[in-house]
Amino acid sequence: MISAPFDYHRPSSLAEALSLLARHGDDARVLAGGHSLVPAMKLRLAEPRVLVDLSRVAELRGISEKDGRIVIGAMTTHAELASSSFLAAKCPLLTETAPQIGDIQVRNKGTIGGSLAHADPAADWPPVALALDAEMEVAGPSGSRMIAAAGFFTDIMQTALRPGEVLRAIRVRPTGPSVAYVKTEQKASGFALCGVAVVVDRAANRVSVAITGIAATPFRASQVERALEGGPLTAERIGEAARVAAAGAQLLSDMHGSADYRAHLAQVNVRRAIVRASART
Amino acid sequence: MDRSGMNVRVMCRVNGANVTIEAHPMMRLLDALRSKLRLTGTKEGCGEGECGACAVLVDGDLVNSCLFPLLHAEGTAITTIEGVAAGGRLHAVQEAFLACGGAQCGICTPGMVLAAITLLERNPNPTEAEVKAGLAGNLCRCTGYMRIFEAVVSACRR
Repeated sequence: MISAPFDYHRPSSLAEALSLLARHGDDARVLAGGHSLVPAMKLRLAEPRVLVDLSRVAELRGISEKDGRIVIGAMTTHAELASSSFLAAKCPLLTETAPQIGDIQVRNKGTIGGSLAHADPAADWPPVALALDAEMEVAGPSGSRMIAAAGFFTDIMQTALRPGEVLRAIRVRPTGPSVAYVKTEQKASGFALCGVAVVVDRAANRVSVAITGIAATPFRASQVERALEGGPLTAERIGEAARVAAAGAQLLSDMHGSADYRAHLAQVNVRRAIVRASART
Repeated sequence: MDRSGMNVRVMCRVNGANVTIEAHPMMRLLDALRSKLRLTGTKEGCGEGECGACAVLVDGDLVNSCLFPLLHAEGTAITTIEGVAAGGRLHAVQEAFLACGGAQCGICTPGMVLAAITLLERNPNPTEAEVKAGLAGNLCRCTGYMRIFEAVVSACRR
């Protein structure tokens, strides 16, 4: 590894991890699956002086159910999520999205919590968390707190996590089968040029739509959601609503795609995702 | 800064043999395999987890050894390309790569072979789409993909 020098700690409990983070302050970074932080350290885009490796903190890993919520430990890998029959039955948006992330090697090491806390604007889990109205369970020096997904992604690669805090778990409500994640990927990296997560709540007659890859942060396409309120999900209404998918967004524009191209992808993928989700009953 | 005090002893199995490696906990598994154990069949391509040239199996799961901290290998069983042939006989996937011309410059081949083996262990009769998905994390700079895909399909019949 040709990175800047750093110290390394591998705590075996969350309490120990929090005390290491409290001791080292801004010098410390948390290591999860290492598939974003390690390359960044090699490129010296990140130069933490202390690494706190969470791989041995067993309480951060695994999928369970508590008080009617599905609780996913932050260190659960994409591959574990992809192969969970429990999630396939209870929250199929998670099992639809997980296999679309990166490639097999990435899914075997990369974690859902690492992805959410890294907050890459083209990552796949953030729009899923937004569409599911997930809650982030955060542990810190003064105890635990919950952050709603809607307030979690604050800017490009920035979250509402404070120094010394660790994302502990993601909590979501079970859903029915009417969900979809539709993504156009950047071919070389597998990151989303535009990814759209949709949850159709038939009981509440409501559609949740969240988009990643086209702006500095993932966002809920609230104009699309409002346009679909109070009526049936016909092809015509969905097509009309999808036209405002990118309305008002500060669109990214780079070598992978212009702002116009991303806006176009957003319209197409929003339409496809809602059509696909509403066809699943 | 002197880092030598940070070294750890990591014990694991590599290709069926117990080994102990003493190094920095964040040494890349790739470097431990190549420079500590002299298993140079595992190649470095991009070094940032995009190309899969360095892929090895850790407890049966395909991982990129360039992003895998050595300490995470503690207590695991690792298979590298050197552990694929047994008793002087090539694995069926290796035979198929040879027969189909599935290797050109050879840098991607060790990772491709391991990805193909792990795919076929989980799914002995993959569709073409499943072969492509199974090898999606392994890039071939020579772009010899068609013959690699043919080799994987051919290996199913062996």
